Amino acid sequence: MMTVQPDPSTTTVDDVIKLAIMAVGGQGGGVLTNWIESCARAAGYHVQATSVAGVAQRTGATIYYIEMAPATAREPVFALMPSGGDVDILVAAEMMEAGRGILRGFVTPDKTTLITSTHRALAVSEKTVPGDGMANSIEVQAAAEIAAQRFIAFDMEAIAQQNSSVISASLLGALAGSGGLPFPREAFEAAIRGSGRGIDASLRAFDEAFRVTRGEAEVILEEQPSALVPIPGPKKLEQAFSKQKQRVDGFPEVVREIALAGLRAAVDFQDLTYGDEYLTRLSSLIDKDSASKDYAFSVACAKYLAQAIVYDDVVRVADLKTRHARFERINQEMKTPTGARLQLTEFMHPRAEELVGLLPARMGGWMIARPRAMRGIDRLFNRGRRIRTDRLFSFLQLYFLAGLRRWRRGMLRHQVERQHWESWLAHAEGELARDYDFAVELVRNRRLIKGYSDTHSRGLSKFDKVSQGASLVAGRSDAAAWVRRLREAALADADGDALEGALATVRTFANG
Amino acid sequence: MAERSFAKEVEDLRLGEGDTFTGEGILAITKALLECGVGYVGGYQGAPISHLMDVLSDAQELLGELDVRYEANASEAAAAAMLAASVHYPIRGAVTFKGAVGVNVASDALANLASSGVTGGALVIVGEDYGEGSSIMQERSHAFAMKSQFWLLDPRPNLPSIVSAVEHGFELSEATGTPVMLMVRIRSCHVTGQFKTRDNKRPTFTVRDALAAPRSDWSRVVLPPMSYAQERDKIENRWPAAQDYIRENGLNEISGPDHAPIGIICQGGMYNGVIRALQRLGLATIYGDCDIPLYVLNVTYPIVEEEFIEFCLNKSAVLIVEEGQPNFIEQTCGHLLYQSNGQTRLFGKDVLPMAGEYTGQVLFDGIEGFLKKAAPDHLPAQRRAPNQQQESDIPDLSNTVPIRPPGFCTGCPERPIFAALKLTEQATGKHQIAGDIGCHLFASLPPFEIGGSTMGYGLGPASNAAFDGGGDKRSIAIIGDGGFWHNGLSSSIGNAVYNKSDGVIVVVDNYYSAATGGQDVLSSRADNKSKSTGHPIAAAVKGVGVEWVRELDRTYDVPAMMDVLNDALTTEHQGPKVIVASSECMLNKQRRERPLRQQAIVDGRRIDIPRFGVDEDICTGDHACIRLSGCPSLSLKTLDDPLRDDPVASIDQSCVGCGNCGEVADAAILCPSFYRADVVHNPGPIERFLGGLNDGLIRWLQSRRSGRRLEFGR
Repeated sequence: MMTVQPDPSTTTVDDVIKLAIMAVGGQGGGVLTNWIESCARAAGYHVQATSVAGVAQRTGATIYYIEMAPATAREPVFALMPSGGDVDILVAAEMMEAGRGILRGFVTPDKTTLITSTHRALAVSEKTVPGDGMANSIEVQAAAEIAAQRFIAFDMEAIAQQNSSVISASLLGALAGSGGLPFPREAFEAAIRGSGRGIDASLRAFDEAFRVTRGEAEVILEEQPSALVPIPGPKKLEQAFSKQKQRVDGFPEVVREIALAGLRAAVDFQDLTYGDEYLTRLSSLIDKDSASKDYAFSVACAKYLAQAIVYDDVVRVADLKTRHARFERINQEMKTPTGARLQLTEFMHPRAEELVGLLPARMGGWMIARPRAMRGIDRLFNRGRRIRTDRLFSFLQLYFLAGLRRWRRGMLRHQVERQHWESWLAHAEGELARDYDFAVELVRNRRLIKGYSDTHSRGLSKFDKVSQGASLVAGRSDAAAWVRRLREAALADADGDALEGALATVRTFANG
Repeated sequence: MAERSFAKEVEDLRLGEGDTFTGEGILAITKALLECGVGYVGGYQGAPISHLMDVLSDAQELLGELDVRYEANASEAAAAAMLAASVHYPIRGAVTFKGAVGVNVASDALANLASSGVTGGALVIVGEDYGEGSSIMQERSHAFAMKSQFWLLDPRPNLPSIVSAVEHGFELSEATGTPVMLMVRIRSCHVTGQFKTRDNKRPTFTVRDALAAPRSDWSRVVLPPMSYAQERDKIENRWPAAQDYIRENGLNEISGPDHAPIGIICQGGMYNGVIRALQRLGLATIYGDCDIPLYVLNVTYPIVEEEFIEFCLNKSAVLIVEEGQPNFIEQTCGHLLYQSNGQTRLFGKDVLPMAGEYTGQVLFDGIEGFLKKAAPDHLPAQRRAPNQQQESDIPDLSNTVPIRPPGFCTGCPERPIFAALKLTEQATGKHQIAGDIGCHLFASLPPFEIGGSTMGYGLGPASNAAFDGGGDKRSIAIIGDGGFWHNGLSSSIGNAVYNKSDGVIVVVDNYYSAATGGQDVLSSRADNKSKSTGHPIAAAVKGVGVEWVRELDRTYDVPAMMDVLNDALTTEHQGPKVIVASSECMLNKQRRERPLRQQAIVDGRRIDIPRFGVDEDICTGDHACIRLSGCPSLSLKTLDDPLRDDPVASIDQSCVGCGNCGEVADAAILCPSFYRADVVHNPGPIERFLGGLNDGLIRWLQSRRSGRRLEFGR
């Protein structure tokens, strides 16, 4: 072992540096641990690392733990796992793992430097919720501000990706930059160099994270995709559209942004006339609304009417799939290098319902009413189709379908959708005078209808159930609150168990 | 090929006299075995000692040079049985597997071995899978040592102590004619550190020597009346001999002041945690010098009675720190104290919890609790006073932070099998489904929630035996290729054939024992220089009499998988229906293929790299696809769009293009949002020319339409 002079001053447990790394599978927590360990060893420290191999690899959460102390002739006794209230540095490779560290008491105001990447690697439970089940990073952020002595947080995953590296490198950069360990920058870099593959990329990510930690640089995030923006088109149409925009400018201010987004979606979906129809219906609703309620009803209508009229039919899907902008976007996402070719395969599975929906309303209605005919169509057409949109022939099939949009207004699907949204909106409008908040909630229920095929039918049935529940509570002073509760229950799980429970409650007091 | 290669680290196993070894616990154990002149090694992989098997496998060249025989045994039972070589021959042998489940499987052989007794040192290295990071039921291997009378070492968790335990383990085994079990906990297996090495030693008597001069002695056979003599021998001779050896060689360690009113007794494996608690209480230095006498049991079975009684002499109270339950050591010690008329008060599972891992906090609280009761003046003043409950102002995040159970990896070939099964159940109703041990058991968790039980390795279909007679809906059992070869062929498949089972058995074949780290099994497809692979599961199944066998060679084909499942559930055939669903473990596949792909790009060869994507304008944010997948690369993205309420599905760049999401979207008729993008690197000249023509025409059509309307985009 190392020959070092005994250092009498190093005798208490406070001289041990305790560092825990909380990571998720595939984040390279083991590599990071090795770097830190070899860095400490090279600096002549006593060091011990522990881990639980294999768990992280299979996407669970895991902890790596390192203890170190300045070298002395005798070996210190190190612990094998972190204890609450006794961690000097906590490195978290993901925001909720930082939260888990705080939850487990590894972050305390008297000693802990918390270094975390702010990005999210979502847990399965967050992703499976039909609505928005994502955990709240802001709560973790707020807790970290209180719990940590020092708090270093930025998107280290973005830095890693921008430098074609993995997050372990940017985490090491942040750790080095924090000054939490008594080693110079060069020592950390030497550890990376000694480790083999991907050295240059790791060093770049290390460097950037180091500088961000020191306040010498900033993380540049790729722009989040935003709402629809105009793509330059024919002059005449653009002029007509700017006239429509002027109509939006005449709306109450709170409604304008969302109405403009709705207008764009409507025009993009069909044509300028469709945009006009949207605005006309919307302004009739705004007229019944009042400033005293901040136009909450109109805002809800602007959003959900747009969603309702821009329904997801075969024509829309074919249209979106064949646009030039889409091809460009995918090339960008896949980072297709020049000289390489991009092949695109779409996964489509049209059923009889979708195909019949394309027929003229009367003919389609006649078919829908005949189950045997529908089964026949299903037998002929209902199967998975792989369509190579990068190839001219397959592209033409979808291009042709997209071209059917000029006849869309006469199609069965359009009529069904139109009837549905008209009655939904009329219902809400009718309640407006009696109970404003209730009417707003009725409009918002439209959120439940989304998806295709079975998912769409499930959404419709949830919408119907919530509407039934709404009619049971109509007239009560807490009607609006109950509708909101029912809707949230409907969004909580796919099978509708929560909704059934909430409905049962409503029935007990409505009937009692 | 195992998941992790130790080729580099294995070089350290050649270090000689006076060198310093730096590395992980399991490598230190391997090095110690070689220094002790071991003659044969073997075992069965499983956390936390999987890597020990991988190290041995990667060290085969060195083992060969030293005339050490290495076996990758078919199961823990097979591994333990191999120790039979040490019964008659003076050969040192070591096998490794996990505890307590591996010891369960091995217990038949271990019991026979312990009864026969050994001539050469026999060492069982058990990775005790208890506490955080464990993947099995929480039990102790300790009980096996007690019931079969072999000795249990539990060394302090640092490299020199572990290495010394290996050396003493062999000597103790030989001195007492008894096998010895060396227990290492999860973190000791992977703890890093250093120790001074010695030269490797060739076995003085090799397995080849034994074959040249075979021996047998029927007094070692476990048959009456010898078995009665063996039972007496254990108690009358081996047990006292063990106590003598332990005492004479100072295997247990006593530290701290010679005279003190109290003391602490702990398992060796608990030592670092106990010292840390004492350090935090100001009662120990960084080096472990403490103010309270400490009796460290590096041997936890048997208890050396005299040593224990002497330690307790003149002490008013001692605390026993023993992880897990039942509290065997505490019971023994209490018994000994009572018999010796001792006045020492015994603390243990009264101040420490009966069950669960002894973490840093648990030990801190327990030892503080002990001191408060037994010797409050040892505590610093501020800790002696009743704790003022400090209100923490840190917000409670327990409702914010989601749990993160393990799940299938990105691109896992098992995911589509369970997606198909879930879709089949959506159509035909819930079935009685039994799981086995292995990655596929993750299917029992959300989002699949398929299967509700696991009864042991290779026992999935056997655990459905009560339903073999059939009924309204057929039972389904899942078994992996690892479990199939471990025990499943006879206990599950043979059992089903013999009992004319009506059930359906799905064998998930991913070419490896994947959950334990990607070790090869009999049916692995890769060439393995030292082992015989390539034996098809279907052939084995047919060999034991299954008539209805279907093989599926691409699990990602969800509709095909559903068809096969449907066939199996509806066929008129009598007898078990076995489906062998095969695709390679994606972790292993990627590790093999990724470097080749990179090389192809650099070399200018044509190569096609697939990845999936989601059209966010088409995705409505219902997340139905995720409920049928759970793929780590299929995640969510919040769009900055005022018209949207819910986040949409999004596939990140870790996607390996396995195709599951597209297949599922199609099979479940979910939505047309998914697309596969194949980037073709280095296309040929004709492909480039025709492609250019094709792209030009498409571009013309696109601008033709754009020129007649208004489009919006992101």
